Amino acid sequence: MERSTQFGSSQQLTRRQLIRRTLAIGVALSSSASLLAACGGGAQPTPTPAPQAAQTPAAAAEDKLEIFSWWTNPGEADGLAALFEIFKQRRPGVEIINATVAGGAGTNAKAVLVTRMQGGNPPDSFQVHAGQELIGTWVVAGKMEPINDLFEQEGWSKVMPKTLLDQISYKGEFFSVPVNIHRSNMLWYNKKVFADNGLEPPKTLDDFFAVAEKLKAAGVTPLSVGGKDKFEVPHLFEDLLLAVFGPADYTKLFSEPSMWESDPRVDQAIEVLDRFLSFANEDRSALSWADAAQRVIDGTAAMTIMGDWAYGYFINKGAKAGEVFGWAPSPGTDGMFMWLSDSFGLPKGAPHRNNAIEWLKVCGSREGQDAFNPKKGSIPARTDPDRSVYDEYLLYSIDRFAQDALAPSVVHGAAANEAYMTEYGNALNVFSASRDKKQVKSMLIEAARELKT
Amino acid sequence: MSAREFPVRRLRPARLAMYAIMVGFALFYLLPVYLMFITGMKSFEEVNISRMWDLPSGLRFDSFIAAWKTLERSFLNSFQMVIPATIVSSLLGSLNGYVLSKWRFRGSDALFTAILFGMFIPYQSILIPLVLTLQRLGLYGSIPGLILTHVVYGIPITTLIFRNYYASIPTELLEAAKVDGAGFFTIYRRVILPLSATGFVVVAIWQFTSIWNEFLFGLVITNSPQERPVTVALQNIAGSQYTMWNVQMAGALLVALPTLLVYILLGRYFLRGLLAGSLKG
Amino acid sequence: MAGKVAEQVRPRVARREAAARARFPRVDRFIPFVVLAPSVAAILVFVYGFILWSTVVSLSRWQGIVPDLTFVGFRNYATIFTSYRFQSDLRNTIVFTIFFLIGSLVIGLLLAVLLDSRVRGESFFRTVYLFPMAISFVVTGTAWQWLFVPGTPQEPTGLNLLFRKLGLPVFIAWSTTSEVWPGGGWQPEWLRVPLGIPLAMLPVIIAAIWQMSGFTMAMYLAALRGIPDELREAARVDGASEWQVFRYITFPLLQPVTLAAVIVLGHISLKIFDLIMTQTGGGPGFATDVPGIFMYETTFKSNKYAEGAAIAIVMLVMVSVLIVPYLIWRLRTETER
Repeated sequence: MERSTQFGSSQQLTRRQLIRRTLAIGVALSSSASLLAACGGGAQPTPTPAPQAAQTPAAAAEDKLEIFSWWTNPGEADGLAALFEIFKQRRPGVEIINATVAGGAGTNAKAVLVTRMQGGNPPDSFQVHAGQELIGTWVVAGKMEPINDLFEQEGWSKVMPKTLLDQISYKGEFFSVPVNIHRSNMLWYNKKVFADNGLEPPKTLDDFFAVAEKLKAAGVTPLSVGGKDKFEVPHLFEDLLLAVFGPADYTKLFSEPSMWESDPRVDQAIEVLDRFLSFANEDRSALSWADAAQRVIDGTAAMTIMGDWAYGYFINKGAKAGEVFGWAPSPGTDGMFMWLSDSFGLPKGAPHRNNAIEWLKVCGSREGQDAFNPKKGSIPARTDPDRSVYDEYLLYSIDRFAQDALAPSVVHGAAANEAYMTEYGNALNVFSASRDKKQVKSMLIEAARELKT
Repeated sequence: MSAREFPVRRLRPARLAMYAIMVGFALFYLLPVYLMFITGMKSFEEVNISRMWDLPSGLRFDSFIAAWKTLERSFLNSFQMVIPATIVSSLLGSLNGYVLSKWRFRGSDALFTAILFGMFIPYQSILIPLVLTLQRLGLYGSIPGLILTHVVYGIPITTLIFRNYYASIPTELLEAAKVDGAGFFTIYRRVILPLSATGFVVVAIWQFTSIWNEFLFGLVITNSPQERPVTVALQNIAGSQYTMWNVQMAGALLVALPTLLVYILLGRYFLRGLLAGSLKG
Repeated sequence: MAGKVAEQVRPRVARREAAARARFPRVDRFIPFVVLAPSVAAILVFVYGFILWSTVVSLSRWQGIVPDLTFVGFRNYATIFTSYRFQSDLRNTIVFTIFFLIGSLVIGLLLAVLLDSRVRGESFFRTVYLFPMAISFVVTGTAWQWLFVPGTPQEPTGLNLLFRKLGLPVFIAWSTTSEVWPGGGWQPEWLRVPLGIPLAMLPVIIAAIWQMSGFTMAMYLAALRGIPDELREAARVDGASEWQVFRYITFPLLQPVTLAAVIVLGHISLKIFDLIMTQTGGGPGFATDVPGIFMYETTFKSNKYAEGAAIAIVMLVMVSVLIVPYLIWRLRTETER
């Protein structure tokens, strides 16, 4: 067919035929690909929707276990794998589906989990911070099964600290089993920088300011703080709140919202935070907590205040404990242990309920916790660990966990619900940039509206 | 005075400046890729934000291999999703464009506008009802569900491109065919389709790239490694605690490879398609 | 031409179709509708149905996992419009849209003009300029985030480190400040955020321009190639300088393309999410936050569905304000034809 329009002469016709042929091949290839996909799709383990809420006898479907988490880093992924191994020994022949979602500082995982639970399509168990994050989000919505019997059966109530059990239960019932404990209020410092300047790690808040002044004069950034993950400065603030209020009153802040307005110690804590930030790096908001910790390794900064998952980072980067870096409780919090805990619960309508229950048993067992925690770089929630598998820092932490006064972390889901955490975090992140003390106080008071007593 | 009459001497600085600008911009466009590449070559200990421009200590591909191990399955998922979705949405767009440009009826323009509006909605706003609907259709958590989603939300743009593209086909061609007794589908097969090659190329490139790079739907509609597309898996490499940047950057390069190849190999057809008026007002 | 068509359309098929049309004279009239029907149905459900759903939810008090569609009027809208974060978002969206559009159009046009001037290696340059489009916003945000980490003047990182190595006395710390330029200006009482250009937006704008200017370049290049040379030659013969040729002949002919580019880029910028999420997360202090991120976090992190839906509807309205007049104008000019 001859065309004299913009479609050109017969010369271009040949090229167009070439394109057509390529497209035809492409169509053929992709139809076979989609055919393969359709065949493969049939064998995919998509869970069936929830209408079968009535428990079918274990006979047929209990050949899978789907665990949902955001443990994708080395260390934590290894720890999870260790737990899977133990489960497989107890229940050989069960296929374990490791559903992980990372990124967005956990928001992506929450987005996926929420859409699944909304649609009545829960995983068999999912990682969640023990405490108010679980309770405020899932328990009050009636999506979790209470597991008091399990706690009784396995004797967990006897081997986990009472304060912890109180702080993770809701109306006397348990909804998740804590696998590990991380500590929030830790200070990490570069040993050489401190030695060169003849300094000791600060114990009290005043010690910190003295040390920081000397470091600043020596040309080293005293405190390295991040901001990109949006929880670094809120984290610093919760450790300062702990120092100013002490564990008991700190915990009250989240059950008596009026304290944020009436208690003068709130202003004091904000003052302290402002002073701390004056000793910190100005480019916080572009650094993740790990980048900030890197500066301590490099020696360009002296200290960083971060939870003890920083320990795992230091080790993975090849920095030797006690040689390159050292640790101490964050200033003013000696004798206090601010905990957060990853735990697993039993969602209602779990497709493979019996496997899920077995999984919980593994998570709460001594064997399981001692296999998981050394790899993750955290300590067990149980008070009877096998000390031989834990290294120097973790043994220190285990001892402190057993003796110190416990307080729940607010930034990591123990002390308050998600809505509050977000508002609290927003207030602190705005403050990190604006340093407007009045503004952050009023935003914190606004945030307190989310606390439900 | 035309450009040819300028004395050669005076021409040099202007041309030189032009080339300088073009090279400058080329460097601007290549800089991030260069950074990603050298970071991907480093080991985790070497990776340091304060030394990011340092060349890696050697030509090491470990990070790429590590990234590939995590991404392998997702690559398959993404291909299984992108290729059918591109084909179906292209065909639909072509048929729709054909109808809306050549078989107008009362209100067809209004209908087209109503379809076009679908292109502009923010996808966050429809995530929840989308998931609920997919669950009701039994397609949630599956690649076919993703395909359906991308096909539906690709309808506006593919229809737009083809409608504009076909608008430039003279109506006389169709009239002549009708006179000879051809009906709707015959005209499509014999007249329209043979002329659509460039249009299909533009649409295919556009859709392939958009769907391959899409993140939000992939994140929310799939929930296990068996179905997850490559953009979501890439985020997983980032890790929840801290990021191993060497693996992350290596993974990012791997993910970009298919679409990069498409643009490098088919870029000129894309241009030709634009020339033929596919994306005009 | 007609004869060729007749050859193409085999007589048997034509006769069959004519026969069918004789038996069912209305069939041909319905086929267009039938072909369009699946698409229309899909759009009806997946676009308009969902918009309706979001609207209903935005007027409810649904907070938390359990749906609660009790009607509460415009309370959620009031909450978000008075919040610091959302006001910041609106300001940021306007700033981002304006500069992203202008930057992409100007750079795209510049590159297209350069490429059109018979340069050597055109195909190479064109590929280099076009390829960022192939990359996902997620990847772009990650790479550019790294480039803009400033470090300190003593220990620069990222681009600053590069400048230092090249001997340039430049140090930019845009991504870590919540400063607004020009700042200190006029500001109404009820506004909680400073008006102006947040410096932290600049890295994001640059990254977005990096990604999409190749697209505008391609559009302009195609348009430039479509302008017949005779027009420009005629002008030159009449004594016009290159600049005058450009200004009075070429530029006006580029307007339809500019319009199309504005529409495409405009709606991308109003919905922007992946890029900013990965590059800055919305910080520092919401200096780069946008409604897309706010909506995502409100819905999926705080579980406040009603507020999240309200933000989504506001985003939709913003997009409509840009798009609907354009669509209506199109509609009118087309039906006139």
